[in-house]
Amino acid sequence: MATQVVMEALSPTMEEGRLVEWKKQEGDPVAVGDVLAEVETDKAVMELVARVSGVLLRQTVPAGQTVPVSSPIALIGQPGEAVPAAQGNGAGAGAPAPTATAKPAATPAPPSGPAAPAQEPAGTTRVKASPLARKIAQERGLDLRAIPGSGPEGRIVLRDLEAARPARPGAAAPAPGAALRPIAAVPARPGATQPFADAPLSQMRKTIARRLVQSIGPVPTFYLTTEVDMERVSEAREAMLAAGSEVKVSFNDIIIKAVATALREHPACNAWWQDDHIRYWNEVHIGMAVAIEDGLITPVIRHADRKTLREIGAEARDLAGRARDRRLAAEEYTGATFSISNLGMLDIDEFTAVINPPEAGILAVGRIVRKPVEHGGAIVLRGRMRLTMSCDHRVIDGATGARFLQTLKGMLENPLALVW
Amino acid sequence: MANQFDVIIVGGGPAGYVCAIRCVQLGLTTAVVERDKLGGVCVNIGCIPTKALLHSAYVANVIRHDAKELGLTTGELKTDYGTAMRRSRKVSEQNSKGVEFLMKKHKITVIRGAGKLLAGKRVQVGSDVHTAGKAVVLATGSRVKGLPQIGLELNKTTVISSDEALFLEQAPGSLAIVGGGAVGSEFADIFNAFGSKVTLIEVLPRILPVEDAESSDALTKSFKKRGIVVHSGANITRATVGKDRVTLEVEVGGKAEKVEAERVLMAAGRALNTEDMGLAEAGVQLTDRGFVKVNPATLETTSLGVYSIGDVAGPPMLAHKGYREGVHVAELVAGHPPRPIDYTNVPSVTYCHPEVASVGLTEEQAKEQGLAIQVGRFPFSANGRARTSNETEGLVKIIRDTRYGEIVGAHIVGSHASEMIHELVVARTNEYTVEEVDLAIHAHPTLSEAIAEAALDSMGRVIHI
Repeated sequence: MATQVVMEALSPTMEEGRLVEWKKQEGDPVAVGDVLAEVETDKAVMELVARVSGVLLRQTVPAGQTVPVSSPIALIGQPGEAVPAAQGNGAGAGAPAPTATAKPAATPAPPSGPAAPAQEPAGTTRVKASPLARKIAQERGLDLRAIPGSGPEGRIVLRDLEAARPARPGAAAPAPGAALRPIAAVPARPGATQPFADAPLSQMRKTIARRLVQSIGPVPTFYLTTEVDMERVSEAREAMLAAGSEVKVSFNDIIIKAVATALREHPACNAWWQDDHIRYWNEVHIGMAVAIEDGLITPVIRHADRKTLREIGAEARDLAGRARDRRLAAEEYTGATFSISNLGMLDIDEFTAVINPPEAGILAVGRIVRKPVEHGGAIVLRGRMRLTMSCDHRVIDGATGARFLQTLKGMLENPLALVW
Repeated sequence: MANQFDVIIVGGGPAGYVCAIRCVQLGLTTAVVERDKLGGVCVNIGCIPTKALLHSAYVANVIRHDAKELGLTTGELKTDYGTAMRRSRKVSEQNSKGVEFLMKKHKITVIRGAGKLLAGKRVQVGSDVHTAGKAVVLATGSRVKGLPQIGLELNKTTVISSDEALFLEQAPGSLAIVGGGAVGSEFADIFNAFGSKVTLIEVLPRILPVEDAESSDALTKSFKKRGIVVHSGANITRATVGKDRVTLEVEVGGKAEKVEAERVLMAAGRALNTEDMGLAEAGVQLTDRGFVKVNPATLETTSLGVYSIGDVAGPPMLAHKGYREGVHVAELVAGHPPRPIDYTNVPSVTYCHPEVASVGLTEEQAKEQGLAIQVGRFPFSANGRARTSNETEGLVKIIRDTRYGEIVGAHIVGSHASEMIHELVVARTNEYTVEEVDLAIHAHPTLSEAIAEAALDSMGRVIHI
């Protein structure tokens, strides 16, 4: 039988919507995801998309009319399907579901293929969703009616929420792409009982954010480059290898450890931009960009500041290996507080990396190259490495980022600092 | 043409034969290539015969330890491994015949012999070449292997694997088992019940190392009570293989121990059946651990139209994981895109006594992932039904995510744990939280009440303790 299309709550505070323009006419074929109409909400003009495929049988609300959320506005069904009168005139809301006058869809659904999303009669707000999905949606302020379900019979399950955005733009919810799961309850540092602290935005910070976004895009990025002398790191690494550790510590492992340690001293760089506040993390979770077949993924070394080099080395290798085999669980590549991208092994001298929101910074690591530099009053050959940090200016100001890089440089040039 | 099929499956074990049946259900003509018996390791020399022997062991232990208290006088208990073994063979044969019947019923062509993959979705068996129009599925499985690097190469007399243990005429006087995973623990249980002096040796800090630490501890305790010597965190430093005796020098917790036994049963590690199959030539790559490399979403190998399922396609090496992968590939090939396989919801079961079963994360893993959790426990000693059957060992443990009530992991040690775990597998698969588990009314008196109680305990509301 035909499926009713209802006015959806396209913003969490929306109670009614004005149908601005029909994008599909009666008789037009529609597929799931097709834009049916433009709707003006209390906030903006938004697109209303089809949740089922078929033919648009009837527009029950003319353009220009305002109707409450959940009222029927159209019918989608099979070509030539009869339109029941009760549904045709738009009076179906709240009334008992009319008996089907048309035959069910001609092609039966595949035995276990994902079925079309819930085909509920209008007026009922029943949504098929798992109990876990309901609880998370409730806390994150997600409107389940707006989320297509991928479970049996269109049931909404956890993985469908991963892709969904919070309905309340200002809700205290992670930004898209951030970890859904609560991240770490273990206090990161002595004294810190919460994994992070949310700081409200000052008027100045709001202005900085607004102006910079206008200037260069949604993540106003600037770049800071410094060159680091890596001789002592090389020596330290060789000493570690000679000591016969079962994990071969790499330069990358040492850089991860140094970045994590430096971030602890510069919490201002270990933060997430959250639209209406900044989340300063007390924990350090380092994302490490790994190239995989046709793409890249950023597995996360959690609590990297509290792990030994050997632990970081072993974990980095395990994560990278499984990343390449595509065997990472979602929580293993989400929730980083800062990221590192290293192209040194591909002979890149220096580059700029793209920030992975909501993180506020990413460090691009170039290769170590031996070059003549002044050292102790003489010109000598030293292994040097260029680091470029991309900073989200809404969170990190120039001097803030520079001071972090200074600490990082100091740590790498005096790697004993990592043990202190 | 007789040699032309839609799908050719190489390997008639659990993954392969289930894939074949699902293919036929979806209208595909299908052939299964099998070099040995249908049903594979599982039916013939794995899951099924060991469970038959474990049942003998269970009854022996009930008679030995409980009969008197239950008001049953039996006289002195005599065990005969040979008889139990022959019964287990009969059960295996019935099951293998059952698979054969299923092949016939679904008009699946069974090609006897070893299959070799050729380019262009072709499979050579002997001198015949068979062509698959849609897909070739590699389901060749795995086999036991020894540890030649520490001097314990399988010799089938004193150093044996499960392949030989399942055909012994009598239980050895003493047996050292190397490997305290599921296989090692099950054989420890069996041979202990049949009177062997059993020493179980595990290199990792505890037996059943993939299970929750509390499960390992509960099983260790039970094993020790029955006289099984458990050396975990043990390194075999030297092995001397004699004609009718093996001596193992073992380092346990800094102390050197000597283990002497008539036989050593190797229950550590498995080798993958990927040799002499023309894989490399046909463009099928392996991972660095030796599994066939597959795209985890489609299980397609690096060679177009060639898929791989079951043990050979990657861990966990479990028959029920292979079943699911078989169904998955059949539906993909038939053009019915299946829902993704949820590898985080594959139950793990060890069938010794008490049984150990789990799904999801261990407490340790949950903590490592930084999840905020609360653990709920309920011991069977507080469960009425368990007391009625004198089986009060073990517990149900549920790890709950404190924010949403998600069941992060569930662990059961105890009688019938293998059957009970599915309530929690269903719960997790459908994303029920601990609250839904509690809201479901559990019949009284049942062992399953312990699950509801553990769920309640994870919310701080346990009733019966």
